[in-house]
Amino acid sequence: MMRRLRLNRHLTERLGFISLTLMAVVTVVPIVAVVIYILSQGLPAISWEFLADFPRDGMRVGGILPAIVGTFYLTIGTAVFSVPLGIAAAIYLSEYAPDNALTRLIRIAIINLAGIPSVVYGLFGLGLFVLFLQFGTSILAASLTLSIMTLPVIISTAEEALRAVPQPFRTVSVSLGGTRWQGIQRIVLPQALPGILTGVILGLERAAGETAPILFTGAAFFLPRLPNSPFDATMALPYHLFVISTQVPEMPPQIQYGTALVLLVFVLGMNLVATTIRSRARARRQW
Amino acid sequence: MADKIIIENLSLTYADGVESLRNISLNVPENAVSVLFGPAGGGKSTLLRCLNRLNDLTEVRASVGRILIDGENILDPKTDVIALRRKVGMVFARPVVLPMSIRQNLTYGLELAGENRKSRLDEAVERSLKLAAIWDEIKDRLDDPAIALSGGQQQRVCLARVLALQPEIILLDEPTSGLDPISTGKVESALQELKKEYTVILVPHSVQQAARTADYAAFFLQGELVEYGEGKTIFTTPREKRTEDYVTGRFG
Amino acid sequence: MEKTLNWREFLITRLVRASGYSAIVFVALIFFFLLREGLPTLGEVPISTLLSLRWYPIENYFGILPLVTGSIMVTLGATMVAVPFGIGTAVYISEIAPRWMREILKPLVELLGGLPSVVLGFLGILVLSPFVRTLLDLPTGLTALTGSLLLGGIAVPTVVSIAEDALDSVPRSYREGAWALGATRWQTIWRVTLPAAKSGVLTAIMLGVGRAIGETMTVMMVTGNAPVLAVTPGSLFSPVRTMTATIAAEMGEVANGSIHYHTLFFIGMVLFIISLAVNVAASSVVFRSKQRAERVLS
Repeated sequence: MMRRLRLNRHLTERLGFISLTLMAVVTVVPIVAVVIYILSQGLPAISWEFLADFPRDGMRVGGILPAIVGTFYLTIGTAVFSVPLGIAAAIYLSEYAPDNALTRLIRIAIINLAGIPSVVYGLFGLGLFVLFLQFGTSILAASLTLSIMTLPVIISTAEEALRAVPQPFRTVSVSLGGTRWQGIQRIVLPQALPGILTGVILGLERAAGETAPILFTGAAFFLPRLPNSPFDATMALPYHLFVISTQVPEMPPQIQYGTALVLLVFVLGMNLVATTIRSRARARRQW
Repeated sequence: MADKIIIENLSLTYADGVESLRNISLNVPENAVSVLFGPAGGGKSTLLRCLNRLNDLTEVRASVGRILIDGENILDPKTDVIALRRKVGMVFARPVVLPMSIRQNLTYGLELAGENRKSRLDEAVERSLKLAAIWDEIKDRLDDPAIALSGGQQQRVCLARVLALQPEIILLDEPTSGLDPISTGKVESALQELKKEYTVILVPHSVQQAARTADYAAFFLQGELVEYGEGKTIFTTPREKRTEDYVTGRFG
Repeated sequence: MEKTLNWREFLITRLVRASGYSAIVFVALIFFFLLREGLPTLGEVPISTLLSLRWYPIENYFGILPLVTGSIMVTLGATMVAVPFGIGTAVYISEIAPRWMREILKPLVELLGGLPSVVLGFLGILVLSPFVRTLLDLPTGLTALTGSLLLGGIAVPTVVSIAEDALDSVPRSYREGAWALGATRWQTIWRVTLPAAKSGVLTAIMLGVGRAIGETMTVMMVTGNAPVLAVTPGSLFSPVRTMTATIAAEMGEVANGSIHYHTLFFIGMVLFIISLAVNVAASSVVFRSKQRAERVLS
């Protein structure tokens, strides 16, 4: 009787473990498959002409240069606004904020910013930046919209990195006659820098891959030239992929896969840089 | 001997309502080692942290009384706390070296104060390391990360880091609690040298250390100053029964 | 010297604090602009029209029910995919997987979180939807089901990472206690670890659902975009249109200030309120359980 019970228990455990393992495999395999599939289908499209030329003949021939450059501009533009603001907000939360209702409200606001649907950001950007502030459909309006969307990612990862720096460093700095900011500037920030950078890149990676927030704030269907001011609209890789896979009939699949590949490399490249910084910094940490 | 610090009727309550010091009055003479001892939670560390206003970092609800250093009340809101902390240095229980080289650890305080002349900085590094009795051990690797040193060496670097600022008063909060006996001996003998120039206040990590090092000793129990006097007297013929019970090991 | 130092310190402290408050300002601004552009709808479109079953803006039919049911249908489907696979993967990573496996799985799941949704939508059109069509013998592969499968995939990383954090923070002593009483690892997972991590797992599910409701590009590309009421199980296999996809598809072509424009903002406002509710609920679960933990510890 006892023996059978135990056998059953172990059989259940066995079956349970196997099914959980299968679930994890089913979750992960498609990710790998997606990446490999796009790599294999897209590689043949990649050529110098594809990367460095303008689209021609209704975008069915030629390259995707304006989309690459546009995504680059948008990412830089997003960084210009969101990085300083996000890091400063993280410093406030980790180093200055008292434990009170207002601080809790800030945290709830950040959680909410992270949860707002990306297309709603697009509406907001249209309402505030494009129309109300009259920036028009432009790189500026799109970058500002993406910045606010990216902010919660940067704030929360940067705050985590700042909090990981041991508290006694701050006390020692103060006891040696330093002001609070001197301690932050000379010890806390440099120590937290790799973690902050990781968060910044992961945030910008999301911004670079987003389509919905730029749909009505800065993305252009087709431009025969590169944008030359922040007030110009721009093509962008994710929007271009959307356009050529849904809006243009009889699009050669090779160009579609090629575009998807370039976008994927752009985004995964950033991801790789971020994770490399993180693991390097962990190995070198002095505390 | 002149009194460097005069504490008058100091009481202190934390924000959560815990009273940690009750009506303390105490005169600390200069050029001597004064020891604050007693069981944990007696208020020794709190008092130490009042002397350089490090308590500002935690939430103190109320403090009454005065602390006079060289005749000036440092609890006055108008006190320049930055200048105060340069004048009153502190060594903590655990050695906390900053995540940089040994040399940078030593010059950190001076650089915060705006000193950037290399000759001055080098001079301060050598002088303070010699005072902390560690110069010979580490003079050849000043640019190594400070974290690579042993615990005992780190604590002496922390002491040297305070000395580099040329303070007048040095506070030590159980500075040898994590150290081996040899390192402890080195720190203690450094203190005996230091008192010739500085006012030293030590919270020891044992009664034995208190007895070994004290010129003057103050016994704290639950936020109260029970007895204060010359070290010789306190550890041989104390007036108070509670002091006697503690130093003879009946509790604590 | 001291003076300039204090002045700098003062300025920096103010700037840093203002940045901290900016998060509140942005949420308020977003809500304000959605209200400003969305509320006029209530004056322009009769409530009865708004709650009708027909969305055909060119002829002034602004019934949002098909869009709401479309969103619910696709989100429910996505939840059915994301919750079991997300929690299962989280349990596997935190409780069963050997260390090296964990080191491979975690970055891979993170990678999935970083894949642009437009790439998944693109593959949905080219690969998944033909597969769904031939497998189920449907007239089109662009259905709620296709959207649900992809959305489930998109929500999985959110569920995994939060649930795994929650499982990870269950003290080891709980598990050791259960093992000491003779429980198998399997029993420990179900009767000790998961219940102990309940609030975190709940948060993971809620935020996963929130992620799915708000997703735009993928659903717009693969669900077929037909604004029909989706309430029967059968509508899972036909085209639907979600709230997010409607905004994304139509906002580019409307005249600013028109009824259609206001109505799209109104839909955005509804989405904003849903995400606000989900996130406030999720974070209050976290806050409450944290407080409980603090009480137990002190």
